[in-house]
Amino acid sequence: MGFPHKPHPKETVVLSQYFGDQEARTYKGWVKRGGYEALAQALKMAPAAVTEVVKESGLRGRGGAGFPTGLKWSFMPKEKKKPHYVCVNADESEPGTFKDREIMRWTPHALLEGTAIAAHAIQADVAYIYVRGEFTEPWTILEKALTEANAAGVFGTIKLYLHRGAGAYICGEETALMNSIEGKRGNPRIKPPFPAAAGLFGMPTTINNVETLAAVPHILTRGAAWYKGLCLSNPKSTGTKLFSVCGHVQRPGNYEVTLGFPLKDLLYELSGGMPAGRTLKACIPGGSSVPILNREESEACLLDYEGCVAAGTMLGSGGVIVFDDSADMVYQIMRLARFYAHESCAQCTQCREGTAWTTKILERILAGQGKTQDLDLLLDLAENMTGKTICVLSDSCAAPVVSGIKKFRNEFEDYLAGKRKPVMVA
Amino acid sequence: MTVTEEYQAVFTGKVLEQLQEILARYPSKQAALLPALWLVQRERGWISDRNMAEVGEVLGVTPAYVKGVVTFYTMYHQHPVGKNFVQVCTTSPCNICGAEGVVKALLEQTGAKDPGATSPDGKWTIVEVECLGACGFATPILVNDDFIENVTPEKVAEIVRKYR
Repeated sequence: MGFPHKPHPKETVVLSQYFGDQEARTYKGWVKRGGYEALAQALKMAPAAVTEVVKESGLRGRGGAGFPTGLKWSFMPKEKKKPHYVCVNADESEPGTFKDREIMRWTPHALLEGTAIAAHAIQADVAYIYVRGEFTEPWTILEKALTEANAAGVFGTIKLYLHRGAGAYICGEETALMNSIEGKRGNPRIKPPFPAAAGLFGMPTTINNVETLAAVPHILTRGAAWYKGLCLSNPKSTGTKLFSVCGHVQRPGNYEVTLGFPLKDLLYELSGGMPAGRTLKACIPGGSSVPILNREESEACLLDYEGCVAAGTMLGSGGVIVFDDSADMVYQIMRLARFYAHESCAQCTQCREGTAWTTKILERILAGQGKTQDLDLLLDLAENMTGKTICVLSDSCAAPVVSGIKKFRNEFEDYLAGKRKPVMVA
Repeated sequence: MTVTEEYQAVFTGKVLEQLQEILARYPSKQAALLPALWLVQRERGWISDRNMAEVGEVLGVTPAYVKGVVTFYTMYHQHPVGKNFVQVCTTSPCNICGAEGVVKALLEQTGAKDPGATSPDGKWTIVEVECLGACGFATPILVNDDFIENVTPEKVAEIVRKYR
């Protein structure tokens, strides 16, 4: 349910049921709505049994990578020899994505409950919830919810702490986030070792996204079979997912649909379509890091992990950015490249130089000073930025550039040929 | 006049108590670095080199190490800013919804003139930032800790009046 909108009949409202409901934010209100029953149930189960239920449900990571959650939990050592940790990735900052913010604002206890269940499942005593520094409102709401839940003693021996980021997109990368909690620069680490072997403070760690953890209590109370049954297309993509729709649509917001839902319906029905008199030009369905789709591709795309791959893109975080026919794709791709140039941690040369260089070339093209070989240069650069670095920030910069040039080449060529009025970039 | 002002430590009394409470959450002192820097910024408005040295001393790391961390994160101020520090999202989704117009209106109506510069009356610093994570509520801005959604150039005058 895309607060502030009413649920659309085609939505499957699970995580977003209480969006906009002030009372659901309080501990008492949450308990009244069946909250913390799943945690009580989990605490009576053996940790491995909880993991098994999540595995069986088919739940996959909602932060972007889509890794099976239960499988990730099962990688943790069965026999606990040193401290185990849970990290919650609430560093939501992928352009186009604003779903975790809504979960934290309206249903903070859903996140806390899911986090505590995860901690029990992987035998962790401590969980850190890493909230991006700019999310001042979600922070305050979470802090209050945590104080109330602690006062009620609902977490038993498990300790939950909030940790505030300080402005760095890269800290949404799992190992950068761990470095950041450790009081370091947010540089991603080379893997392996993977977090389940050596994560936070060098200890076995599981890290999950906010939306992933918020789904866990529902899976425990309603059962893995129920969750698995929520599937419109590929059986490997189960459950509901929040899609944050933004840009050129009539009703931007978060819509919760069963995986396999047609992107076309999300755009034209749930989000109300483009502004009057406008038509769809392009859509980025999974946050700015995934390839851009043109109109035909968007209208044929099914929203699940496999459907998006089949359409030539990725489901990612579910941040749906919509561009109508008034959008200047060259300018918007430059803005995205600039984002990555700004957010590069600068560890790897390909990324540090590549993101900045890509941005400069795009700015030059926009200013009417592009050279005919610039498009080839951009593609060549992109190739050298893909699959060659510690993390995928560099790849994420290349994705919109490569897909943009492929699908909207005429717009680039118009700037190069002097057919478009140059844009002075500030 | 070359009077060196005596340094007033940040971590005394209540602030020190808060830091100690934070330190108890982590197995290492260094993990309290980001929270400690937030405390400094809350108390002083920005983080000076001398503050960084104090943080380093309290947490057992070098001033250079602290500086390395401070400079990595965009939200820590390394110089004084205006009374109202305004962050405007201008990344693509907000950009196509008119974020650049919001920046322009803010710069003009606050007298800050240039992004990052502080207005002559010391009240305003306007900066463009990358994605604030509220793309469906374009354009979001942060005025200090207040997150304001759906800002348009037309709404800027009212915001400026409210915080002036």
